[in-house]
Amino acid sequence: MTPANANPVFRALADPTRRAIFEELTRQGEQTVHALTRFAGVSQPAVSKHLTVLKRAKLVRHRHEGRETHYLAQPDALAPMVNWLDHYGAFWRERFDRLENLLQRMDK
Amino acid sequence: MIEPAATRSLVIEREMPHSPEKIWRALTEAPLIEQWLMKNDLQPVVGHRFNFRSTPVPQWDGIIESEVLVVEPHSRLSYRWASMGLETVVTWTLTPTIDGTHVRMEQTGFRSEEDRAYKGAKYGWTNFIGNLERVAGELD
Repeated sequence: MTPANANPVFRALADPTRRAIFEELTRQGEQTVHALTRFAGVSQPAVSKHLTVLKRAKLVRHRHEGRETHYLAQPDALAPMVNWLDHYGAFWRERFDRLENLLQRMDK
Repeated sequence: MIEPAATRSLVIEREMPHSPEKIWRALTEAPLIEQWLMKNDLQPVVGHRFNFRSTPVPQWDGIIESEVLVVEPHSRLSYRWASMGLETVVTWTLTPTIDGTHVRMEQTGFRSEEDRAYKGAKYGWTNFIGNLERVAGELD
């Protein structure tokens, strides 16, 4: 993990409203600016400003369709912050515990 | 920053007071595997392709692509473990001891660029938010 590389992403997501917008896009898939404005409960210019910051951090990308702009989460941008080795280290240790529990139950 | 394309491994070892035969069953019988690892359709036959399946989360279908690579009954089992751009091999080695079995799990093939790959909301999100708040706190 190298926080230095991750800073643009951290900065973008340090704001709770931007984080909520990003999480919403992660959960719901592509959304229009209108839908995101309803979700965020702030003005549309404010939402557009937040989306611009997210876009600069490559956390979202957008496309135009008619008069609507659609935004899509780009979770790959989180890459600087996660680590497979750490993840699987914790994962397998927990699974080893479960394996041992199962082996004890198999004695019966 | 360009990092060397070396691969890294994860090793977890534990002594278990059970026979290699019994542990082998837990490692190779699908209904037993499901109880401690994940839903699966593993068959201990070299070349058999199968999946491990966990609960889908946003951005991840929960599927691990797998193929049996090595089957040496009661001693060694190896399978592919691939998901979300990660391409690794998991190898189990069972060695009898006086009181039971030494169990060794090695997951090989972590590439440096994959260390930084998105690992899925299920496991990543909590850590991610925790790290985020810590680092964000350091920024200002």
